[in-house]
Amino acid sequence: MQQFIDTTLSGLAQGMVFAAFALALVLIWRSTRIVNFAQGSMAMATTFVALALIQAGWNYWAALAAALVSGFVLGAVVERVVIRRVEGGPELNAVIVTLGLFVAIQAAVAIIAGSSFQSFPAPFGLRGFTIGGNTIALTPNRVYVIAAVLLTMALLVALFRFTRVGLAMRAAAFGQEVARLLGVRVGRMLTLGWALAAVVGSLAGLLIAGGSFVYPAYMDSLIVFGFVAAVLGGLDSPIGAVVGGLLLGLALSYVSAYFGGSSVVNLAALVILVVVLLVRPGGLFASTVARRA
Amino acid sequence: MSDLQNAGQTIAQPPAGNPATAAAPASTSSRKGRIPLPQSTLLRHLLAVVLCAVAAVVLLESTDPFRNSQLATLTYYAIAAGGLTVLTGLNGQISLGHGALMAVGAYTTGLFLSADEPLPLPVVFLAAIVVTALVGAVVGAAASRLHGPYLAGATLALAVGLPGLALKFKGTLGGEQGLRVRAPRAPEWFGDAIKTLTGNPATATKWLAYVGAIALLVTYFLLANLIRSRIGRTWRAVRDNDVAAELAGIRLGSWRVLAFVVSAACAGLGGAVLAIVVRLAAPSAFTLVLSLALLTAIVLGGLGSLLGALIGSALLVFLPQVTTDLGSAAGLDGTEAAQLAPFVYGVVLVAAMIFAPAGIVGTIRLRWLAQRAKRAVARETGR
Amino acid sequence: MVRSSRRLVRVPIAVLAAATVASGLAACGGSDDSGGGSGGGSDAGAANEASDVGVTEDTVTVGAHFPLTGVAAPGYSEIPTGTQAYFDYVNAAGGVNGRTIEYEYLDDAYNPTNTSQVTNQLVLDDEIFAMLGGLGTPTHSAVIDFLNDEGVPDLFVSSGSLLWDDAEEHPTTFGWQPDYEIEGKIIGQYIKENFPDAKVGLFLQDDDFGENGEKGIREYVDDQVVSAQRYTPGNTDVGPQIAALKAAGADFVAGFNVPSYTALSQLTALQLGYDPQWFYSNVGSDPALVGSLLNNFSKGKVTDAALLDGALTTEYLPSVDQPDNPWTQLFQKVWDASGQEGQLTNYRIYGMAEAYTFVQALQAAGQNPTREGIVDAVEQAGADFEGPALAPFRYSADKHAGVGGMLVSQITGTSSEEKTPVLTTDNGDAEITEYDGEPSTPPSSGIPDVEPVE
Repeated sequence: MQQFIDTTLSGLAQGMVFAAFALALVLIWRSTRIVNFAQGSMAMATTFVALALIQAGWNYWAALAAALVSGFVLGAVVERVVIRRVEGGPELNAVIVTLGLFVAIQAAVAIIAGSSFQSFPAPFGLRGFTIGGNTIALTPNRVYVIAAVLLTMALLVALFRFTRVGLAMRAAAFGQEVARLLGVRVGRMLTLGWALAAVVGSLAGLLIAGGSFVYPAYMDSLIVFGFVAAVLGGLDSPIGAVVGGLLLGLALSYVSAYFGGSSVVNLAALVILVVVLLVRPGGLFASTVARRA
Repeated sequence: MSDLQNAGQTIAQPPAGNPATAAAPASTSSRKGRIPLPQSTLLRHLLAVVLCAVAAVVLLESTDPFRNSQLATLTYYAIAAGGLTVLTGLNGQISLGHGALMAVGAYTTGLFLSADEPLPLPVVFLAAIVVTALVGAVVGAAASRLHGPYLAGATLALAVGLPGLALKFKGTLGGEQGLRVRAPRAPEWFGDAIKTLTGNPATATKWLAYVGAIALLVTYFLLANLIRSRIGRTWRAVRDNDVAAELAGIRLGSWRVLAFVVSAACAGLGGAVLAIVVRLAAPSAFTLVLSLALLTAIVLGGLGSLLGALIGSALLVFLPQVTTDLGSAAGLDGTEAAQLAPFVYGVVLVAAMIFAPAGIVGTIRLRWLAQRAKRAVARETGR
Repeated sequence: MVRSSRRLVRVPIAVLAAATVASGLAACGGSDDSGGGSGGGSDAGAANEASDVGVTEDTVTVGAHFPLTGVAAPGYSEIPTGTQAYFDYVNAAGGVNGRTIEYEYLDDAYNPTNTSQVTNQLVLDDEIFAMLGGLGTPTHSAVIDFLNDEGVPDLFVSSGSLLWDDAEEHPTTFGWQPDYEIEGKIIGQYIKENFPDAKVGLFLQDDDFGENGEKGIREYVDDQVVSAQRYTPGNTDVGPQIAALKAAGADFVAGFNVPSYTALSQLTALQLGYDPQWFYSNVGSDPALVGSLLNNFSKGKVTDAALLDGALTTEYLPSVDQPDNPWTQLFQKVWDASGQEGQLTNYRIYGMAEAYTFVQALQAAGQNPTREGIVDAVEQAGADFEGPALAPFRYSADKHAGVGGMLVSQITGTSSEEKTPVLTTDNGDAEITEYDGEPSTPPSSGIPDVEPVE
């Protein structure tokens, strides 16, 4: 029983991180209809910014804020300088561009910061809570991770539902011509979409890094699982991203513990995704309209 | 962009003749060109294959063993990329999972060659193709319902998940450290033939490069004919306008599956050649990086074009080494030079998509067509 | 093969010409000793010749493949910088027999396909004399046949797999570090003798590393093992595995894992409030690295600084946390002199120690080394090479396995305390015995001086 609880909690925490990453992908997909493979590298880069600041003596929260700001700037710059030129072109070209960015940013960070392991501090404790004499796999830091992701999701939903900017962003994504006619500055909205997504991605990167260690390739596996989670949930739905992330995290944790062990985790992700997509080709939270990309 | 995708035309013959029709999409342009080429597509492709074979022999015999080995590497990338460009360029289905299909071919080859009395190499290759094609049929059936990023996500999971089988079935597939592949040695007639033909000695590397080159030529010959056939036209129709195609009585699902099967078969053959060239089939050789590299090759080269797939594959093989050498020459130490390679690779990808979005072959073709059109216009008005 | 034999015919002619020119010059201009110091103890009378591929009158070129980019790069990418530093040091002192050692290492990103490509480049294009310390089991497996077919000495593979010890199938390949099986045996015996009642859990990397280690441990304490958990490299969530160990009631966990997973397992155990006696195999322990990783968390709100404190491990090389060890002092000096970025780490010590063994092998191969000659030299003299390793190599004509022993120690703070003398053994059911040799000390020059074999 204890093992089951620990496995579940471990899966939940892992799932929350997938969810955060999936959220960032969903944001970009909603604003520009591009799947951003560079997300992981961009998040990694901002995590290294935070790490450098912390090593220079900054407080964790100040470094976190600075990293998120740098993520915002990075997202905006990438959209303006690179993505803008391939938007509206063949879908594959945008994919290749983000792949190129992914490789280039990772290599650039490796050149600047070296490729050794570096530990990244956690803002809260890493020792599990004790309940009735048993320690369970829920740590103060994990509570922080879960809360941060849920808060981010709530903020995003609120942004899209209740604010003018959010409405404008949705309009820009929905139909550029119509939005332009309605006075929405489409270009600006697209940039904002990327910048916000980069902030969420950076947050995901920082949350995973906390109480663990970082190196230029540390986000590689997350890109895959984050993307799988986003597709599971349906690429248009922030709530879907979170649900997809949680489901994936839990499922993989159970597989790793009870069904075949660590070596079949990736295989299990494939099976889960295929089964879900066979039943719902647009993901769990797809709207009724068939989507064509 | 459909006018960029007449792969058979690109590789076999410049679209000569009437500029107006040549520029038209999916051109069935008149073949009364200036150069007298055979009327039949099949014959033209045969001629091209013979020319390419001669070129391959000249290339392999005039270069040193290291270049031979690089060319062997090029062949398995190009075979798999050729299949992928049919799927993605012609049929419009994206696949981030072709590396996993190559793994199927490689492991099949490794298993067949590990027998005490291994079957002849062509039979082993055929087995790899068949097994991979079967896997491709299953994947294709699942994929035929998916679109865009959902298909990308599913195939991405395939790329990451399938090599996990090798870890699960450690006993037969060798687990993490992989399945050692006994590369068959060059038969004696090969050494004799090379010696009498060119006077050069036949090394093991050269033998593998020839095997790869033959596999490549056969694959591209078959693909080129397929592309120009009714099947190829139907695929394009499915890609360009699926609703219209469906109204015309084309069953979209089965055509999509067929495209997947054909392209999986190529990936299987590519994997088979990889297995004997690398002499190992291991999960770490078939990571997502491989799948993405193949996709990169076909887009950089020019989507839908076999020549583009070949050029893109060549970039994959030669660019890292050239960059590392340049870095070393500029005084960087080994580690820095190694890190430079992926950086340059990434930047090249981004730059290429911005400045030559149609890929190398596509961009050159567009330029060339534009020039011809301009000249034709000038002739018309000058008259 | 055809090509290389042709080369053997061609090269000596060129050499002969060069040698006559050189001796002519020497006769005219008197002692023109620009070739640098002697380094080795060979007779000064004979001339240097370009005796084989990759050997010229004044250089020897060796190559290697390492993961310098990607997921496996952290840590491992430091090894070749250590090797480079030691070769720089030797070259600055005149090289070996007047030849400087040129060292070329290329990136394979831990992908066997790339390993095959860069090895082709090293052997066919750059024409290295020998491969030195190529890293990784799956990666190096891809090129071992090729290297042997081409007759390239494949010295001191950086992996403890048993694959490298097969003198018949792979006559030019030699292991270097203690293989994982003998390490498992030594750990197993230690548990049996000192923790006879422990319920043993195994935390294993899911490849031959974990497999061979498990095999060795089970030879001694099979009945004590209550659970064996495997992790797949790349999957960083080891929560389920550690939870399973805890659930099985293991109070002693032996890990055959890489350093990053040592840190991960420690962090996960901390989360679960799980506190068994840990025993990390040599590869995974690296207290300097793991300790600094874990200690850094204290900069946040965590104050569990010395997580690794009290864990057991094995040692076969001096390490950075033994600043008084004369070998560590030598390597520190070599590293400082090389002027490369970063600090001395255990990975760099590993690379230097491999380089040290290579210099010994090169000296043993004589003034004009050949590929066959250096393989012979390692087989004949390798068992007597004295170097930083605590136990001797097991090299002989039919045994190509590396260091044959290690000791068990306990990590205390960032240092360690020896729990056993150096124990030596061999694969299979060979007994474990105490090593009775004296610990070696480095020569004052820091460069070995091995007599050429005949």
